[in-house]
Amino acid sequence: MKHVLTIFKRELSGYFLTPVAYIFIVFFLLLINTLTFWYGGLYENQQADLASFFNWMPILFILFMPAISMRLWAEERKTGTIELLMTLPVTIGQAVTGKFLAAWAFAAIAIALTFPLWITIAYLGDPDHGVIFSGYVGSFLMAGAFIAIGSAVSALTKNQVVAFIITAFFGLVFFLIGFPPSIDAMQTWMPDFLIDTMASLSFYTHFDGLSRGLVEARAAAFFGSLIIFSLFLNALFLDAKKAE
Amino acid sequence: MGTMIEIRGLSKHFGSLKAVDNASFSVGRGEVLGFLGPNGAGKSTTMKMIAGFVTPTDGKISVCGHDVASEPVAAKSRIGYLPEGAPAYSDMTPRSFFEFVGEIRGFSRAERDRRIAEVVRRVHLESVVHQPIETLSKGFKRRVGLAQAILHDPDVLILDEPNDGLDPNQKHEVRSLIREMAPEKAIVLSTHILGEVEAVCTRAIIIDKGRVVFDGTPTELEAKAPSSVEKNRLDWVFRSLTSTEAPIGDSHRTPQPTQASAEETQQEKETANTGGGEL
Repeated sequence: MKHVLTIFKRELSGYFLTPVAYIFIVFFLLLINTLTFWYGGLYENQQADLASFFNWMPILFILFMPAISMRLWAEERKTGTIELLMTLPVTIGQAVTGKFLAAWAFAAIAIALTFPLWITIAYLGDPDHGVIFSGYVGSFLMAGAFIAIGSAVSALTKNQVVAFIITAFFGLVFFLIGFPPSIDAMQTWMPDFLIDTMASLSFYTHFDGLSRGLVEARAAAFFGSLIIFSLFLNALFLDAKKAE
Repeated sequence: MGTMIEIRGLSKHFGSLKAVDNASFSVGRGEVLGFLGPNGAGKSTTMKMIAGFVTPTDGKISVCGHDVASEPVAAKSRIGYLPEGAPAYSDMTPRSFFEFVGEIRGFSRAERDRRIAEVVRRVHLESVVHQPIETLSKGFKRRVGLAQAILHDPDVLILDEPNDGLDPNQKHEVRSLIREMAPEKAIVLSTHILGEVEAVCTRAIIIDKGRVVFDGTPTELEAKAPSSVEKNRLDWVFRSLTSTEAPIGDSHRTPQPTQASAEETQQEKETANTGGGEL
């Protein structure tokens, strides 16, 4: 546990040693606020809620979360520090967990910095704070799933751009298989049971419930097991080809 | 002399290439073992396997009685390892990098800081401890890697080309450091500079195409040259023991690689002479 914490601290501070973290946070906040106000119609809806904000969250995550996870292992491979890390007295599980938690914590910081929106909506009206809180919990869990997948992908390459593109592709797929417009399009040629199965594996389906204030144990279990499964694969990938 | 590293029937195959082929040897406390061989002979692969980074295809490695495959963490905690090229987290300063390594090695804050101060002094990093590692010269980077490897005063030191990229003064200092540490440790270092073996090693192993072709003292190695050979006797032995044709996957070697290595050794001897007068 102590080793996990040490790796976590190094990795998280690593994000802030370069301008990348600040650029990331600034652009993320700029984009999410712009989309919420202009394209989400926060004012026009005349509703004291953050639905327009949380609707954009999964779409932005497809772009932004791979940017957080891409460096986790690809950079270690590129610079050769993976050889250093893997020959220190830590297990692969500890290294994978520490690095994942650091990336997740960084995502949590970016998400938490959207708090002025919550304050704004509380000032303007009388929102259901439980619903908003549940939406934030959903965003946090979904970010974890994105990053865990991204971390596993990052373990397979030394090229961060490749890691980014593949992770973004997975994110898009996990989003679309539950997104209503794409379900409508698929319904014309795909059997219902297949569509239901895919939708039950979609980020969108589970996040949508949480963002409406339905704190579902099922959604939490879905994201949680996806995270654990991805990290397990991550460790397997590393063990199989750490030196390649 | 207690055995610190025990290697039995070690092999590593990459596809059809036998990078290391049934190597067996052991290293005891107080020994400084020089690993020699042409590029691509399997020196680095062997060291990576001892350090627990590369998984062997076959064979057993034990470090201080701990099997590297079944007790990796116990083995790794006894080893100080300088990988080829001395990789380090380039965004960090040497100071924060050592703090990270010290924490992983399980030292309390006070003990860690004491050890950091000591290694910084021993490898002369005082002037750069607060500078990002990426801004340092090659020589400083190498010494940061060396400092990281000796931070926990390990029983076993594995150094992959510790002197690569150092100027003659720095080489001299690193050699003195190795000699200083040698009595309480088992040290394995690789080099393609034959003069290095004479300077610091108590024993030499020559690897060619993954096989151990010589294992003995530097004096024994030199004695293998006929008395008619007067200059560069080690080079002569090295050439006679190792193959000159390029191994698989190493197409950059010239048809006469030994000529180049002879020149390099000559150069090395000259620079060492100007550098510290020892050798």
